[in-house]
Amino acid sequence: MKKTVNKSAWAGLLCAAALLALVVILENVLDPNKNIMVFAALKKGAVYALVAVSMNLLNGFTGLFSLGQAGFMLLGAYTYAILTIPVSQREAVYYIYNGSAVNFSLPELFGGGAFGLVLGVVLALVLGGCVAAAVAWLIGLPVLRLKSDYLAIATLGFGEIIRAVFQWDKLGPVTNGANALKNFPTFSSFNITNGSGETVLRLSTFTAFLLAGICIAVVVLLINSTYGRAFKAIRDDEVAAEAMGINLSKHKRLAFVISSFFAGVGGGMFAMFANQAQAKTFTTAMTYEILLIVVIGGIGSVSGSCIAAFLYVAASEWWLRFLDAETFIGGFKVPLLRNGFRMVVFSVVIMIVVLFFRRGIMGDKELPDLLKKRRKEGAK
Amino acid sequence: MKENVLKVENVTMQFGGVVAVDNLNLEVGKGEIVALIGPNGAGKTTAFNVITGVYQPTNGAVWFQGEKIVENHPQGKMKQQYKGEHAGDYAQVLAPTPDKVTRLGMARTFQNIRLWKSQTVFDNVLIAKHCRATSNVFSAAFRLNRKEEAAQRENVLELLETVGLADVKDEPATSLPYGKQRRLEIARALAAEPKLLLLDEPAAGMNPQETEELTAFIGEIRDRFHLTVFLIEHHMNLVMNISDRIYVLDFGKLIAQGDPAAIQNDKRVIDAYLGVSEDA
Repeated sequence: MKKTVNKSAWAGLLCAAALLALVVILENVLDPNKNIMVFAALKKGAVYALVAVSMNLLNGFTGLFSLGQAGFMLLGAYTYAILTIPVSQREAVYYIYNGSAVNFSLPELFGGGAFGLVLGVVLALVLGGCVAAAVAWLIGLPVLRLKSDYLAIATLGFGEIIRAVFQWDKLGPVTNGANALKNFPTFSSFNITNGSGETVLRLSTFTAFLLAGICIAVVVLLINSTYGRAFKAIRDDEVAAEAMGINLSKHKRLAFVISSFFAGVGGGMFAMFANQAQAKTFTTAMTYEILLIVVIGGIGSVSGSCIAAFLYVAASEWWLRFLDAETFIGGFKVPLLRNGFRMVVFSVVIMIVVLFFRRGIMGDKELPDLLKKRRKEGAK
Repeated sequence: MKENVLKVENVTMQFGGVVAVDNLNLEVGKGEIVALIGPNGAGKTTAFNVITGVYQPTNGAVWFQGEKIVENHPQGKMKQQYKGEHAGDYAQVLAPTPDKVTRLGMARTFQNIRLWKSQTVFDNVLIAKHCRATSNVFSAAFRLNRKEEAAQRENVLELLETVGLADVKDEPATSLPYGKQRRLEIARALAAEPKLLLLDEPAAGMNPQETEELTAFIGEIRDRFHLTVFLIEHHMNLVMNISDRIYVLDFGKLIAQGDPAAIQNDKRVIDAYLGVSEDA
């Protein structure tokens, strides 16, 4: 039994390494200028996969219906941005407030260069996660006493409040008010350039995949640990879980804090993807997008969330783009195709998915489960 | 009498104006099998819920292994409404949550089976081991607790073999036949390493043969795990066969106690609950 566990762990690692290698190869073989959409979708997909997995940890594995994800992403994004904007850029970014109240930048503190960049960015992302986790701990004290819909409404409210607070003028010197924070290191900063500024090796998509992959791996490890099993017990039957010695408030808070941590890291990565951090992007609509990914992928399936994240992002940002452009076939103007029609079609597709494939792509199974099943059937 | 494992002292549980358990006193000695019987609505399950921390009693105290674990006195509105006795005797307020009571060494099963439905038989028992795990969330996530985890798994496997569920360990818990689900619930309770096992109608819905098997099974695990068993049951065959002593509740009040023979011949118990057999 132990051997098979080790074997599947190695197989998982191998698959992940192969995927990362594939991403690097794709990124350097394909012309980035002709395939902007592909790489944008891949990067955003990786970020959304991480946030969806973090939401699934709470909604799918612990059975806590929370809608605060965008709020925690915002905390992570702002923490990341504030800690990494180069000191020389601060004057320009915070021009309304005559400079920033925070006058250091983590990558520069670590001596700049490639080493400083990697260490600074990783530390800023982790700190972003920590801020989100700390806030989650605090609001979890009152909010986690609530159940199901009530919890959802309370966390939804939290997300809105956070967004309003970060746009508050008085906090301007730190948060730049309602204006965007920018000029911080993004995924593209990880492309390796030679002396004359030409890009030698593109690693931007790879960076997004690596960061998201590590975080998701940690979540998977947690879910399969004794604590993850306790979470699932709470989801299945709270009364029985408590009777079997599982401290409900402690474990719910733990799940909430961990989920928020990874949402915070995901928020920082979203800022890296978008090249800016602005409170107004982290709306309730974003939480719903992520909830949709979780539902489409399958509530209680990590691999489902990952697959659905890429499908969702690719469909909404890339595959359905043609619906937005007015198209002529010969002299005939195709009806309905115009700006905004993409979202109409997209909504219909999602309605169909939710109506007819309610268990999502994966149900509560994981990819390896499906492979195993097939092997068993093959053996028969 | 032998050393007490459980002692319920003047416990009254009042919901609004309804007194569900009225001044209950009982003791369960180490290694005993004690039954709590009575007609429907007599307050048996309420008594269980008070003992395991699900409800906080309105008044009274519960002792477990010589330690006071639950204590309360009427508070707030209840001060005027309280209909029970001994109102001034309990000054402290002790209200542990059910998980804490379980970790002290008391595990229970439920009247209506409450297994974790999406989990396998093996995982159902393994999860119950969580309350005995010493690793924190980091060491658990990063697999620094391998030894403990391996020991847990081995322990669960052994337990499943003892209760005769090893052959179905990878089946979903809900796919088991009813009798085996009951058995699994007991196995899950045992995994929490209790000193006192509380069974709430373990034979509910079982046919006579299953009941007989269960009777033998309860005796077996008592001896093997050095347990004390306290159970609620309506199957009189089971109760009379295995109980060392019996308590009888009616309308929340204790109306009789004693060994099975004495209970069977107690006039009040016959009137309130047992009734007279037709051929008598």
